Amino acid sequence: MPALPLDEAGKYVAAAYLVFLALILIYVAIMAVKLGRIEKELVELNELADRAEESK
Amino acid sequence: MNAVRALLRKDLLLELRAKESVPAMALFSLTTFVIFHFALDRNTVAGSLASGVLWVTLLFAAILGINRLFVAEREQGGFDAFMLAPVDRTAMLIAKACALFIFLTIVELIAVPAFAFLLLEGSILPALPGLIAVLVLANIGIAVIGTLSSAIAVQTRARDLIAPLVALPLLVPLLIASARATQPLLLSEGALSVPTKWIAVLGLYDLVFALLSYAVFDFLLEE
Amino acid sequence: MYGKGMRPLAIGTFFVLTGAFALVFFWVPADADQGFIQKIFYLHVPMAIVALGGFIAGGVMAICHLRTGNSKWDLRSYVSIHMALVLAVGALITGSIWARAAWGHWWVWDEPTLVSFLIVFLLYATYQPLRFAIEDPEKQARYASVFAITAGAFVPLNFLAVRMAESLAHPRVLGATGGAMPSEMRITFYVSLIGMALLFITLWKYEMASKHTTAQLRILRRRLLGDDGVAPTGRSAAPSTVLPARPKP
Repeated sequence: MPALPLDEAGKYVAAAYLVFLALILIYVAIMAVKLGRIEKELVELNELADRAEESK
Repeated sequence: MNAVRALLRKDLLLELRAKESVPAMALFSLTTFVIFHFALDRNTVAGSLASGVLWVTLLFAAILGINRLFVAEREQGGFDAFMLAPVDRTAMLIAKACALFIFLTIVELIAVPAFAFLLLEGSILPALPGLIAVLVLANIGIAVIGTLSSAIAVQTRARDLIAPLVALPLLVPLLIASARATQPLLLSEGALSVPTKWIAVLGLYDLVFALLSYAVFDFLLEE
Repeated sequence: MYGKGMRPLAIGTFFVLTGAFALVFFWVPADADQGFIQKIFYLHVPMAIVALGGFIAGGVMAICHLRTGNSKWDLRSYVSIHMALVLAVGALITGSIWARAAWGHWWVWDEPTLVSFLIVFLLYATYQPLRFAIEDPEKQARYASVFAITAGAFVPLNFLAVRMAESLAHPRVLGATGGAMPSEMRITFYVSLIGMALLFITLWKYEMASKHTTAQLRILRRRLLGDDGVAPTGRSAAPSTVLPARPKP
């Protein structure tokens, strides 16, 4: 098949690279949610440790 | 060796008495040929189409056998009893693979003539020597991979779903080699000779998976 | 500690991968046959190769797990296979886009890499359901390792077999170039490959650090609240991140 004209070809190449970008960004989003949860739990545990220290 | 023979004898006796797997596999093959006739809307097949129909049918009949391979052990505590015995654990692998090989051979003794009778264009007789060679090699591969997949799946909760999902991709190269090897045998103009390239591939694939299964099988039976 | 060495690794990944894409769009000449479309090659093939590397690495880690009995290897194997599976999906999608642009169809059976990938993907898609279907965590890890080793050994065999099946009948549809690859293309390809591999390792470390942190948090919670404060883990396909309790000082 002869090479596609540049404007048509550009769309396919862009689509392929966008798929790659999308995969990475989805992963970033998942890790961001996980980090939020870790932060929340760590703050909670720190408060617990503070309370345990105070009551001693 | 004695352990293998004892286990194999037990499995063959069980099958002979209960007659569960082999008749079902054979009947499934015959029914599948009929279905192919209607699905393809053809009276005869030849060449690569014949090869494809035959191998797809044999592969799915094999899946039936693979699903049932370890069921008795799982349900009646055969695994525990086996592990108490002072034998090499891979004896079970070898015995089960031999049993599956024998079941497949019996099924093919029924299915292949049925195929020639129902669907194949031209006579199967000139193709027989090559076809038997391919079938034997393929059976070894299906037996080994089937036993491994069945052993992996039997401990899961959805075992007859997992076993085909694991076995079928692993069987794809074997299918490629078998179908390509059988295709020149089933041409309508008359059988050509078997391409040795695919026979070599089949043999190598069998060897690699036999060694691999032998290496990992122990870990499947650990408590 | 998986976070160690993360910064130089991540910076390295950034420079190499960004550099690779810059080379792709600003430096390397366009292919004579396929034109601009061929630039997908620098994305699709590195993704595919690194995915395969990830699967095989998962198999090697599974061997370590079975040999040492240490469950940390099972976790490493699990993460490696997961990331490789995501990359494999990406390789299939980008390969399909390339096929559509170069050949007009969304799928081509004549391209052996794509077909092999489909088979490998179907196999590894069973990994998670298999794990989920075994409840006992130790048995789950062991069976998953056996599967990872078998599947890892299968990957190269599958590629050989599919390539043999297609080579006689059809020429490569999505070949890198019409003829031999000029050196600029080769350099760009290798930079891209290294960048993709670095990305995989960085993300793997990132995921391992995250899992390790969650496990450590669980231990900390147990130390502060006692066993009652910690919710039971329930059934999961992921390897048990509940590390054995540290002995009291």
